[in-house]
Amino acid sequence: MTRTTRLWSSVGLAGFCLLPWYIVPGGFWSLSWLSDLGNQGASGLVHGLTGKFWLVAPAIALLAALILSGMRLSAAAHARASVAAGALGLLLLVGQGLMVLRQGSRFDLFGDVSQAGMGAGAFIVALSLLFVMTTGISGLGKGRGDAFVTGLVGLILALVGVFVFYPMAFIFVQAFQLHGGAGFGVSEFLPRLFAPTTWSLQCLVGHGYCGPAVNSLALALLAGLGTTALGLAFALIFTRTSFPLKKLLRVLTVLPIITPPFVIGLALILLFGRTGTVNVLLADAFGWEKTRWLYGFWGVWLAQMLSFTPIAFLVLIGVVEGISPSMEEASQTLDANRWQTFRRVSFPLMRPGLANAFLLGFIESLADFGNPLVLGGNFNVLSTEIYFAIVGTVADPAKAAILSMILLAMTLGAFVAQRTWLGKKSYATVTGKADNGQHASLNPTLKWACYLTALPWAAFTLVLYVLIVFGSFVKLWGYNHAFTFEHYEKAFRIVFRNGVHFVGAAWDSYFTTLTIAAVSAPLTAIVGLATAYLLVRQRFVGRDAFEFSTMLSFAIPGTVIGVAYVMAFNFPPIELTGTAIILILVFIFRNMPVGVRGGIAAMSQLDKSLDEASIMLGANSFTTLRRVILPLMGPAMLAAVTYSFVRAITSVSAVIFLVSARHNMATSFIVGRVENNEFGIAIAYSTVLIVTMLLAILMLQAVIGRRRLRRADRVAA
Amino acid sequence: MKTIAISALALAAFFTANSANAEQLNVVCSNEQAWCDLMAQNFKIDTGIDAAMVRKSTGEVLAQLRAEKGNPKVDVWWGGTGDPHIIAANEDLTVATGVDVSGLLGWARNMTEMTGGRAVGVHVGLLGFAYNKEFLAEKKIAPPACWRDLAKPEYKGEIQVANPNSSGTAYTELATLVQLFGEDEAYKLLAEIGANVNQYTKSGSAPTKAAARGETAIGIGFMHDMVKLKKEGFPIEIVAPCEGTGYELGAVSVVKGTPNLEAAKKWVEYVISAEGQSPGLEVGVYNIPSHPDAKTDPEAPSMASIKLIDYNFATYGASETRERLLARWEKDVKGAGGAVEN
Repeated sequence: MTRTTRLWSSVGLAGFCLLPWYIVPGGFWSLSWLSDLGNQGASGLVHGLTGKFWLVAPAIALLAALILSGMRLSAAAHARASVAAGALGLLLLVGQGLMVLRQGSRFDLFGDVSQAGMGAGAFIVALSLLFVMTTGISGLGKGRGDAFVTGLVGLILALVGVFVFYPMAFIFVQAFQLHGGAGFGVSEFLPRLFAPTTWSLQCLVGHGYCGPAVNSLALALLAGLGTTALGLAFALIFTRTSFPLKKLLRVLTVLPIITPPFVIGLALILLFGRTGTVNVLLADAFGWEKTRWLYGFWGVWLAQMLSFTPIAFLVLIGVVEGISPSMEEASQTLDANRWQTFRRVSFPLMRPGLANAFLLGFIESLADFGNPLVLGGNFNVLSTEIYFAIVGTVADPAKAAILSMILLAMTLGAFVAQRTWLGKKSYATVTGKADNGQHASLNPTLKWACYLTALPWAAFTLVLYVLIVFGSFVKLWGYNHAFTFEHYEKAFRIVFRNGVHFVGAAWDSYFTTLTIAAVSAPLTAIVGLATAYLLVRQRFVGRDAFEFSTMLSFAIPGTVIGVAYVMAFNFPPIELTGTAIILILVFIFRNMPVGVRGGIAAMSQLDKSLDEASIMLGANSFTTLRRVILPLMGPAMLAAVTYSFVRAITSVSAVIFLVSARHNMATSFIVGRVENNEFGIAIAYSTVLIVTMLLAILMLQAVIGRRRLRRADRVAA
Repeated sequence: MKTIAISALALAAFFTANSANAEQLNVVCSNEQAWCDLMAQNFKIDTGIDAAMVRKSTGEVLAQLRAEKGNPKVDVWWGGTGDPHIIAANEDLTVATGVDVSGLLGWARNMTEMTGGRAVGVHVGLLGFAYNKEFLAEKKIAPPACWRDLAKPEYKGEIQVANPNSSGTAYTELATLVQLFGEDEAYKLLAEIGANVNQYTKSGSAPTKAAARGETAIGIGFMHDMVKLKKEGFPIEIVAPCEGTGYELGAVSVVKGTPNLEAAKKWVEYVISAEGQSPGLEVGVYNIPSHPDAKTDPEAPSMASIKLIDYNFATYGASETRERLLARWEKDVKGAGGAVEN
């Protein structure tokens, strides 16, 4: 333990003495600061000795930890010293960051001083202080005395704290802002929280509108249930039947998830809008009145079903696949028929998957912004209300904050309900024991039920996508169907003259988007799966709170996150606006929950005896994670990487406030085109993005691959 | 521990890879994307300054400027309706540039005067409505010509207009009717029209597009959007209301605290010049440019041929008026029903 402490405190001190403490113009890796060590590239040490005395305090804590680790003390005393030094150092570091501003200091504590945002040096010092502290904590016997476990918990908590709670604090302070900027107070908070316009049930009793809170809740419940049911039907077809066209089906189930926002809505309008193809056909054939039924609850629900079923499917397929066939075989040996086996054995074992799929569908629906915007009509939901409370004609940040709190409360409710339903049962079926059965196939009724729900849906999706591709090749979708390459040329023209020039309008945002997605996806998966590992495999105080805190960012609507990030990270201590980093960070912390959920679902199926065997054979928890658990987590990892990669490309509401002139994203470009009625180029761009993502997913699948649970995955005929 | 160290280093790389570069101009643009891109391209050719461009709606820009107050990441805000520019000027988010506006049309000079030089007028967009001629012909309904026509029962469930709480376009319409008919009369008319409205959209340009695609029969919005749709081949006709109509005043502002003030000034000078404004026609911008010598399209609405009100931007752009009118709209117009799906 003292070795680890010594290592980290030395690393921290080196960072303090050598690396630039503040952010450097041009970026750390441009290394331009090396030529300007006295000024821009100055380390914490240089700054500390030349006036910014408060920077020295955290370094002293590191130095103390280093000296103490070299002294002859009892193990417990070493541990306590590390904890104290680390915690004190962190406190001082955070304190100076919050106290000394860009200009002046809070409460005039240090008089007239100034500092920029923290840079590499500060980062390394913070990290080493954190690990010195967590190493100490492990030395006190917490986390089974495993420095890796406590370090991981500390790191994830710190990250979630800085990138979820810290920005959210800015938003929630707003909720208590009084009308007209008259300071803060609670007098207006409660009346606004329970405002009848938010909670109205008038649409149920007759004429009038329901409040957005009621609408959101109803929509999310139905979307969660619907996507889970459909996702399950698809997952069962994949794992428990010998359906011939599984490959095609797989592509179709993935397509909606990789579709940029607005595109599904547009396609639905062209099919089912008042002058949509289907509507016109029906009107001509049966003389039906052409109606605007699509604009409202059912239209949004339909679009959400199309968009979110794949998420449920991705969660469920791992789980359904992972159920050990021995259980099913045992059931059949005991003379249960196939229906009984499914009902009493397989289905209960799918509960973690079902609960997680529902939770994701529910939350996705709550936070969905694109579909209600395009298809909502007069049906208002919280996410759009929040957006327009911020960007509307009269900006009302307090209203946005209060509505966000309602949204969060709903997520919390769903989370608690999910926990209650799952209870404390064990769902582990993948154990170290010999296991080479085959999955029982579905009983015929169930099989046909799955076919009849999933296959028409797949066909519907197929039609929609054919239509989208078609739309990108015609002059004016819906009116002039002359074939043209015009839209692609506008977006993706390349000129070969004196080299290669990417002159199309879309190239810039295309490259930025791909880079940011490629960087953020693996990081998201790592953070997500590490969190899942801690939640499922480790026991520590405050685990439930920890779990909820990691789910939080997913539930907050993108708009709120976007604004919160701008408010929090535009000023020291952390200054990130206008950079690509802020986009990467927002993706990591928004998409991490999917990695966490998928990881939890997959990991709770792996029996603990596997870890225990590994630990008994002398491996530490890091080796166990790497050599035993990770190889069994293939599908979950694939889901996490794929999902976060795709989400980084397709999400819109969070990034709309964070994109900058130099780092523009594809979705924000597409939204602009849609707003301007240039559907052709928007759809052409979307088509290119879809193809790009498909290729990326296929590549990922090839690299990460399937896990081999048994010698063969077979389905009995 | 090794992986933690590696990932820590990787994270450190991201934290510190700040690619700020002072030699560029950062423009946030609230016009159509194609117009944004074209202007940036021409600006670079003519002045040699590289303008990085991002497109955002006016509401988003205003929210961003407020959040970034004191440490802005954009230098210039170009385009979009004038009201948010006026609000930004009043909230001290933008800065006076002292650019010479004497060569511009009267309304553009007024805008500059009204904001103390902080916002300069770049274009005018006239309010009107568009109807889908195929649809009205099929239903054998006479097209509307005046604001009052919109209240007629034959248009029940066929009118679409944006919600003024979310859209500046719809607020312009609300303020126009108030100035045209007086407040009480205007709200009475709006409630009557409201009985015919099938949907209050979020975005100001959505009703026009819906009319073009036949999703609604009539949409209220800005005429230059309608000209563009008509030229694209959609079956719509454009109506300038017989009682007179209001307009939006698009502007350009320089963000307070920008480190690139000189380049920002050059941008302002460029977008109010005739050379800067004329190319708009190439990308389908049919609003009225503020420089008298800038080229216009014969089919585009002109201020001379249309009856206009003397729109009072100072009064109706002020936050108090706005909040009062919108609260009353919520109560008297939306609260009165309407917006029912037929």
